[in-house]
Amino acid sequence: MQHSLKKYFPVFVLPTLAAFTIGFIIPFLMGIYLSFCKFTTVTDAKFIGIGNYLKILSDDAFGHALWYTAAFTIMSVLLINVLAFSVAMLLTKGIRGTNVFRTVFFMPNLIGGIVLGYVWQLLLNGVLAKFQKTLTYSSAYGFWGLVILMCWQQIGYMMIIYISGIQNIPGELIEAAKIDGARPVQILRNVTIPMVMPSITICTFLTLTNGFKLFDQNLALTNGEPSNMSELLALNIFNTFYGRTGYEGVGQAKAVVFFILVALIAVIQTRLTRTKEVQH
Amino acid sequence: MKKKLISALLAAAIAVTMATGCGTEKNEDNTNNNNAAQEGNEASNAGEKNETENAGEQDKTADAEGSVYYLNFKPEQAEQWKDLAEEYSNETGIPVTIETAAAGTYESTLKSEMAKEQAPTLFQVNGPAGLASWKDYCYDLKDSAVYKNLKSDDFALINDAGEVQAVAYVIETYGLIYNHDILSDYFEMDGAKIKDVSEINSFAKLKEVADDMQARKEELGIDGVFAPAGMDSSSDWRFKTHLANLPIYFEYKDDDLDTTDAIKGTYLDAYKNIWDLYITDSTIEPSMLSGITGEDAAAEFSMGNAVFYQNGTWAYGDIAGNDVDDEDMGMLPIYIGVGDEANQGLCTGSENYWCVNKNASKEDINATLDFLEWVITSDKGRQSFRDEMGFVTPFSTFTEEYQPENPLVKASNEYIDAGKTSIPWVFSTIPSEDWKNAVGSALLEYAQGTGDWEAVKKAFVEGWASEYKAVNE
Repeated sequence: MQHSLKKYFPVFVLPTLAAFTIGFIIPFLMGIYLSFCKFTTVTDAKFIGIGNYLKILSDDAFGHALWYTAAFTIMSVLLINVLAFSVAMLLTKGIRGTNVFRTVFFMPNLIGGIVLGYVWQLLLNGVLAKFQKTLTYSSAYGFWGLVILMCWQQIGYMMIIYISGIQNIPGELIEAAKIDGARPVQILRNVTIPMVMPSITICTFLTLTNGFKLFDQNLALTNGEPSNMSELLALNIFNTFYGRTGYEGVGQAKAVVFFILVALIAVIQTRLTRTKEVQH
Repeated sequence: MKKKLISALLAAAIAVTMATGCGTEKNEDNTNNNNAAQEGNEASNAGEKNETENAGEQDKTADAEGSVYYLNFKPEQAEQWKDLAEEYSNETGIPVTIETAAAGTYESTLKSEMAKEQAPTLFQVNGPAGLASWKDYCYDLKDSAVYKNLKSDDFALINDAGEVQAVAYVIETYGLIYNHDILSDYFEMDGAKIKDVSEINSFAKLKEVADDMQARKEELGIDGVFAPAGMDSSSDWRFKTHLANLPIYFEYKDDDLDTTDAIKGTYLDAYKNIWDLYITDSTIEPSMLSGITGEDAAAEFSMGNAVFYQNGTWAYGDIAGNDVDDEDMGMLPIYIGVGDEANQGLCTGSENYWCVNKNASKEDINATLDFLEWVITSDKGRQSFRDEMGFVTPFSTFTEEYQPENPLVKASNEYIDAGKTSIPWVFSTIPSEDWKNAVGSALLEYAQGTGDWEAVKKAFVEGWASEYKAVNE
């Protein structure tokens, strides 16, 4: 068996490897190269060194987008996970219609980001119109609009992951805790949460990276208005690349910085939550 | 053993999917390119059912005579261009592909299309600023029919070396579109400030009338005098670009300039006055402006809820056929209280220029130039421009009978005939899109009350200098 696996290894790996190379590795390397170039179309680039990276430093909009994105991510990670976990707890108590509720909560996740963005723009503008305001009146409205939208979309998905985590907790552990006289809060803190730590790792990872990479919803909901004040990082990169003559390389450089940032945060986060996981 | 078989099957399935995936794409490309030709060739190849052979033959034709690929800027004319291209292909057998970028995505579409092997042979720029990023792709149109038939060199973009890089193909005019029906109701009211539209010939008069009408809006049955100055991206260009044209123009005129690397903002106060007027005598609260789209503004005017609507000849399609009859539509110059207002005309110019891709093959370039010549000289091309697209063009081949039926175009011609001074579109010298966005945002925040006018000044003056530097370094 071992022998034949070795023999056929290239045959099995080749298709996937080819697809991965064409679809990921080549564009990725090309992207890094382009971030050191000046170009209009990606096929005729001129190497200019680190000039593009220097321009990022003097770009106020990028700095603003960075902290705006950070704030948005923190807020959405906290809200989505707390709410998703609470809903998951409720829906594992065996109340009537559990399946219906789970389906209903999960459904928003099946709708695409652009569509959701426009739907929520209409909804929120409809509410704000009562106060003679619109979503793009100031960046605070856009911020909370995005948070609400993302919660609505992602809670259901994270809930499913938490539910499976909670259901995997062996019944005897909870029972033992009860016999030992633990109150519900103590059970939650000392049994349930440590036991679902793997789910928490996955969910924080997903919400964290989703928050940082958010694009569609941002584009559809506010498109960065007013004055690019509600612009998240991904949208800022897109606008730099396509919106400014001669700034394609800068946009590309921003994308490289963005990649390093997201990769770094994701690695640190998984390390941190991993250490909290318990074996049983 | 069974497992092994399944894995092998799965691997095979993936390989097959990939192969077919790539294969289909290639086929599609082929059909796309020859789509237009197909119909023409199908007739000559009657009975010939073999597709591969058919495609091969088309490739040969394409090699011999070239092909045309036009990336069109105006979504509102997408269908008309397709029809015209089909017509041309039927006549000549040369395949013409028309693609249209969705509104607001032209630059990004063009960027990705130009990187492809089958790049557009014909594309558009919006003026000198837009040309800056594409100047290395422009074929010299000096000997082309489209350039030779231009009424004036003003409608071409010519570089310092004398190369004709781009040629305008549609002339447009903007101003303050008004609803004469509501105005005549006002003229009959007691104490009306004026008795005829022609009396509005200065900013002072415009403001006097607008303020008075706004005060009596219930009596007139309107929601406000001006259609909302929507600052959504579908509408904000009316102010950050078109309205900004006036202070820039008057400053250029004073200093005898065509373009500048640093604007002084001499007439920013006038800009503020007209902007104040737009947002005060409006149909809605200024705090709502950020969400108002171009359609919202057009609807307010065309439903008779507003009297004035700043826009141009291209807007006719959006506002026609509702509450405002064609004969009630007229256009006034945008008075901002500067210069010789009595002789001020409308703002006329173009931001639609054709460029031919220099990097296309010789055959394709020739085919493209032939196609353009056919468009502006043949009956079919000219009729389509007049009846379906409604364009006024700068070409001498479009004689009197090829002028479109559009009351706004008529209004603009009346001003020219009356000897008023048209204001050119100097906004095409604005250094970058970022300048416009910054000014637009500052205008919006001033209107909402979340920012002050100083921010507009800063974006206008300092922004110009820094953007000019950023773009031209």
